[in-house]
Amino acid sequence: MLTTIASFINAAIIQGIPLLYGATGEIITEKSGNLNLGIPGIMYIGGISGIVGGYIYEYYTPEPLAALCIIIPLLSSLLASALMAFIYSFLTITLRANQNVTGLALTTFGVGVGNFLGGSLQGFFGKSGSISLLTTGTYYKTSLPFADDLGLFGQTFLSFGFLAYLAVIIAVICAFILKKTRIGLNLRAVGESPATADAAGINVTRYKYVATCTGGAIAGLGGLYFVMDYIAGAWTNDGFDDRGWLAIAIVIFALWKPDLSILCSFIFGGLYIICTYIPGLSSAAKELIKMLPYIVTIIVLVLISARKRRENQPPAHLGLPYFREER
Amino acid sequence: MSTAAIELKGITKRFGSVVANKDVSLSVQNGEILSLLGENGSGKTTLMNMISGIYHPDEGQIFINGQEAVITCPHDAYDYKIGMIHQHFKLVDVFSAAENIVLGINDGKRFNINDVYARVREICEKYGFEIDAHKKIYQMSVSEKQTVEIIKVLYRGADILILDEPTAVLTPQETQKLFKVLRRMRDDGKAIIIITHKLHEVLSISDRVSVLRRGEYVGTLITAQTNETELTEMMVGKKISLNIERSQPHDTEDRLVVSDIKCNSREGVKLLDNVSFTAKSGEILGIAGIAGSGQRELLEAIAGLQHIDSGSIIYNNPKTKTQDNLRDKTPIQIRDLGVRLSFVPEDRLGMGLVGNMDIVDNMMLRSYRHGKGMFLKRAEPKALADKIISDLQVVTPGTSTPVRRLSGGNVQKVLVGREIAAAPTVLMAAYPVRGLDINSSYTIYNLLNEQKKNGVAVIFVGEDLDVLIELCDRIMVIGGGRVTGIVDARNTTKEEIGLLMTKTDGGQINE
Repeated sequence: MLTTIASFINAAIIQGIPLLYGATGEIITEKSGNLNLGIPGIMYIGGISGIVGGYIYEYYTPEPLAALCIIIPLLSSLLASALMAFIYSFLTITLRANQNVTGLALTTFGVGVGNFLGGSLQGFFGKSGSISLLTTGTYYKTSLPFADDLGLFGQTFLSFGFLAYLAVIIAVICAFILKKTRIGLNLRAVGESPATADAAGINVTRYKYVATCTGGAIAGLGGLYFVMDYIAGAWTNDGFDDRGWLAIAIVIFALWKPDLSILCSFIFGGLYIICTYIPGLSSAAKELIKMLPYIVTIIVLVLISARKRRENQPPAHLGLPYFREER
Repeated sequence: MSTAAIELKGITKRFGSVVANKDVSLSVQNGEILSLLGENGSGKTTLMNMISGIYHPDEGQIFINGQEAVITCPHDAYDYKIGMIHQHFKLVDVFSAAENIVLGINDGKRFNINDVYARVREICEKYGFEIDAHKKIYQMSVSEKQTVEIIKVLYRGADILILDEPTAVLTPQETQKLFKVLRRMRDDGKAIIIITHKLHEVLSISDRVSVLRRGEYVGTLITAQTNETELTEMMVGKKISLNIERSQPHDTEDRLVVSDIKCNSREGVKLLDNVSFTAKSGEILGIAGIAGSGQRELLEAIAGLQHIDSGSIIYNNPKTKTQDNLRDKTPIQIRDLGVRLSFVPEDRLGMGLVGNMDIVDNMMLRSYRHGKGMFLKRAEPKALADKIISDLQVVTPGTSTPVRRLSGGNVQKVLVGREIAAAPTVLMAAYPVRGLDINSSYTIYNLLNEQKKNGVAVIFVGEDLDVLIELCDRIMVIGGGRVTGIVDARNTTKEEIGLLMTKTDGGQINE
């Protein structure tokens, strides 16, 4: 029994990590007033660009170095995701396009690009079969050396690759920045009332761009974790599933707080796979249980809307374009 | 005299062909409060916006402590230690007072919100503010928010403070508190400019007063050596003849009897206070007053859009000869009785027309309930649209042009035309000529006159006293939500109306 619970917690954390990256990225983005619904697409891009980077390096190098196996996919993932977020920023901040439409278009685009490259990358290099980056995947999966010595505790909480810890560290740093620093105060002001921020001498456009691109890059790491660590350097079409949307739901569930989103991500990760831990479920029942995260999100939305506590509401200017008042 | 803290020389500002400020010169010393007095649209706020870096003057110079200053953005103004407190507060609702105060400041030191609390407390003690720096803005009253705005500029080390109509949103008690703080700041050596059009406040708070009229600088007086009458004359100027056609009212009867209506804003500020008057058929009743004195609320109360706390609005129905209290009716019932509001607020399209819809569709906003079944009848509204276009000479490519593509005057004509077409018995028009050229204005005046001849009770809210005097039969003046007087338009003067306009709840503030 204890081992089952431990393995469930371990699985919940593993499932929660990509969600946490997505949620942290989206929180940073939304704090600047941008509702980036392109996050699911950006996470696909973050995953596939890591695969492409790693693939090219492994393909041309007979004996890949561990450091480069880590750094090349990491950088290509960060850059490609930030680029996607930059496209979103340019459209919504500079051209003031509708944020929802832009975001949804990016998601469709990102998923499509991911599946296209994932399905045809082998073909480009004259090979057949599906992608498998064994070396890179192994490096990404390397866990702390002493984890195995710590028994059940080590297996449950310390058996992850570095990206898992990085997700928690980034979330904690983001929470600190938002709460305790001048930059965080300014960023929150931009999302709440850009006119006020502007009048106070804050460069609203710059904050929105930087927050959205940083948020996109962070979210993309969720895709990278999924392909490199979770499925160990492989790609399956639509394998990432709807985790991106789940990440956006966590933003609401965590009340736009990055520290709270750590816990929420693991809860959602658990809800996502709990059906496999309940014996004797029909496939229909499994699908119903998979709905749990979304139902929880709706309940949270109802609760925060009914309680009307201003601190728990989304940023007041979320989803709206900012025009400086001019005569 | 020592060097002025701030001095303006020959400032001129144009917006397109409109001259907002023409050759304005004035100065303020340290340790002095200057009132800037003028009617709506006299260019007070524009002038102050040039000092605070929002606009840039086309001509003229600004001197700060004797040095010429170039202020191109709000940030420059901070560097010159100028702080402006706008009429509309710029605060983040979910932030605490302290967070709002420190927002955007980068002094290079490590950010620590506790230091901010300490400094805010220091400022509060020095000038006598009462504020809880931990309180969130959304939990604050208007007066507290204003206090936060003032502390915000003091925190940034402002020596020159500009307050744009700070008392407009305050209760008399809060105004007294504000004035006490302002006097302390003056005694501390700050230079303060306060924009206002309330004469008793000018006399109570300021050391000197500068008057603007239609963008032009009229003069500066020492407050102790002047009085309300002299200031009013400077503010309104000489009468200009406009030759608006006006007929004698005949067969008038009481159409709308408003008695003792009261309403308060959410913050408890009185919007309407015991307003009573009668609108007669076949007569134009003008409503004069400083902007925001309750005109909008009054018209909305009659139209059923504004909740009133007490009082009654009796409508004498000419068809059934019955009396109805409009207070108990819904806006649609009121409209069906023939009470029409052609409200033209600051945003012309906002309340009456839908910009993206064409003229015919906009006609249908008032008539879509007619007809049977689920399908709309477009023939009648189309005919109406054509009629309005030809009768009122609306310049438009056709009836299917979206209204937002028409010019201001033409939008106005469509709006007024639609309301008139419903054959109203009461027609209310607020600022119907705002922003219109002379010809369009006269078209609207003639329309209103025609309605009056047809026996309609017309209520006209205007801002130009010359127009009110020549167009209306009677003029009701309101100030601070109260009726300060009803005068016969044929036997009144601009000075008389001007004095009534500024006579709010006087006495309460004079200590």
